[in-house]
Amino acid sequence: MARVFFQDVTKRFGRVFAVRELTLEVHDQEFFVLLGPSGCGKTTALRIAAGLEEPTDGDIYIGDRLVNYVAAKDRDLAMVFQNYALYPHMSVHDNVAFGLRMRQYSRSEIDRLVREVAETLGIGDLLNRKPGQLSGGQRQRVALGRAMVRRPQAFLMDEPLSNLDAKMRVQMRTELVRLHRKLGATFIYVTHDQVEAMTMGQRIAVLNDGTLQQVGPPQEVYDRPANRFVAEFIGSPAMNFLEGGVVRENDRDGIRTPEGFLALPDAVSAEIRQQGVRSFVVGIRPEHLTPVAEQAAAAFEGTADLVESLGSEQHVTVALKETAIVVRLPSSPRIERGATLRLAVAPEHLHLFDAETQLRVGP
Amino acid sequence: MTVADQYAGRRSWAWPLGRFLTALPFLLPSMALFGAFVFYPLGKSVYLGFFISNPFRTRQIYVGFDQYKDVLASSEFASSLLVTATFTLYTVAPAIVIGTALAVLANQKLPGIVIFRTIFSSTIAASVAISAVFWLVLLHPSIGVLNEAVEGVGFSRVNWLRDGGWAVGDRATVFDMVAAWFIDPNWALISVSLATVWMNIGLFTIIVLAGLQTIPEELYEAARVDGAGRWAQFWHVTLPMLSPTLFFASVVGMIFAFQSFGQIDILTQGGPVDASNVLLYSIYQTGFEQPFRVGAAAVQSLALFVIMLVLTLFQFRLLAGRVFYR
Repeated sequence: MARVFFQDVTKRFGRVFAVRELTLEVHDQEFFVLLGPSGCGKTTALRIAAGLEEPTDGDIYIGDRLVNYVAAKDRDLAMVFQNYALYPHMSVHDNVAFGLRMRQYSRSEIDRLVREVAETLGIGDLLNRKPGQLSGGQRQRVALGRAMVRRPQAFLMDEPLSNLDAKMRVQMRTELVRLHRKLGATFIYVTHDQVEAMTMGQRIAVLNDGTLQQVGPPQEVYDRPANRFVAEFIGSPAMNFLEGGVVRENDRDGIRTPEGFLALPDAVSAEIRQQGVRSFVVGIRPEHLTPVAEQAAAAFEGTADLVESLGSEQHVTVALKETAIVVRLPSSPRIERGATLRLAVAPEHLHLFDAETQLRVGP
Repeated sequence: MTVADQYAGRRSWAWPLGRFLTALPFLLPSMALFGAFVFYPLGKSVYLGFFISNPFRTRQIYVGFDQYKDVLASSEFASSLLVTATFTLYTVAPAIVIGTALAVLANQKLPGIVIFRTIFSSTIAASVAISAVFWLVLLHPSIGVLNEAVEGVGFSRVNWLRDGGWAVGDRATVFDMVAAWFIDPNWALISVSLATVWMNIGLFTIIVLAGLQTIPEELYEAARVDGAGRWAQFWHVTLPMLSPTLFFASVVGMIFAFQSFGQIDILTQGGPVDASNVLLYSIYQTGFEQPFRVGAAAVQSLALFVIMLVLTLFQFRLLAGRVFYR
């Protein structure tokens, strides 16, 4: 088991930067998630770690060993591919055994290890089947088994759950977490699915356009997104954004947006004034908007335009004067379309971003 | 009563004929083609085999199965079978092995690789006649490049197209030929095979290259991460994944070998003394050269047909279990 360290890693394909000056340390035994939209460079970063791509610039360390010039086969990592990449002409047993065979393990040793792993993953009775005869979930397990059996330094997983159906995905999610705990191994997990990132990762790194946006524990990234991109990318339904400037109205500091006035605590407004930022983007998560009765307490007023009921909750799109915002409410009382809603938000739940740099300025 | 029930009722008495009549116009074109070019000649061959005739078949005598017996039991027939088998052995496997090697090389992602792909597959574009003439020059005993090379490395010159080795000389029977097979090279047949292999390389390169390109890149990546080097990747991923392609190539190659004609006609005319006289060329000589024994040629043709049929079935049987289809 080992840490994996990216130092100033850049990868260029022609003129396109897939990864740009990425510096990232994945701790030993950590479940680390690389999260981002497709084309953000997360898979490239993983492939660089695996040795399937060479970095244009920068260094990769596994443990304390610089591996830039170490071939994939000698890095002692295991990879789980998005479409599993099982060898279709080999039985499940031979698929799992392949890495051991390449490393000259004895036949009896191979047999013992394969059976052990197959037991752990519950694929013991599938060992003689070919991958073509397996379901998606079973193939997924075989791919995991192939990775596990060698006890590698680290596991690299490239969207391993994206080819599974929704129910299977949820099940495998918890299984992977359990597996990680059991193996005590370093996992680097690539996904575009924020739910996977939030539920599985001990820390997550958000990438966009090849550039690292933020690294941290999931809750921290959710609560304090470092910039507007992260704020928008994480959370479903997505965060609402309104533009505005800091003003003082009726003896209160706050932000004036086209849709309403948002009061700020003095400490926050003072800090923002100090930073000298002129225009802001205010972010509000849908669950932080609460309906209120009196007009005085409300920041926004609008009509319910679209109501999506999810059973346990409802997502209401509220049309304001110029834009619309999404509110997440408990399923009862049920909101009817066309109903007037007055919404308030607690100041501590506001996310303020500099409209120019898109960076978080407070609170 | 549903619509389906109504139709079910109708089908019971009217549909078999109706369906056949509907299908007929769709089947007719291929039935006509197969009939004219496959079934009629096949039937005619069987018929011709029962007669011996004068050159232009103005007179023919019915001899029943006697001609079948005579031709199939003759030592010429046995010899041409041995020559054909040897020719197949010399041409199919080497062409596939070389074609595969070139295809693997040409499948690398390197700048300008298209040029090599074109060169490696170019022999497919050369006609048999041109290729044969080209080899005629290369194999020329006194001015040919091949003899220069042979002499250059210290061996004595070979009379490439005029040395029949095991297939000629005092060896009267096929058993004598088989006995001499390993020790007395039949250079004429080897020369024709050499030219044939060269001609087929282009086709096999293209076939195998196409097969290679269907192998998903992730399999190689998975193998690399699993610790496989280049050779292990070839052995454990490329070759098994290529098996359907190689099987196809072997069937096609064998059919090609049995149908080779042009290069033999131009290089050796089946000689010297039948040393390179494969079955197909023998059919041609029997039927279209003096004394125009059409009936005997028909019998040989049928023999060739049966042999190819059996071999193809055998290949399917033999390889079906070992070939991996996705």
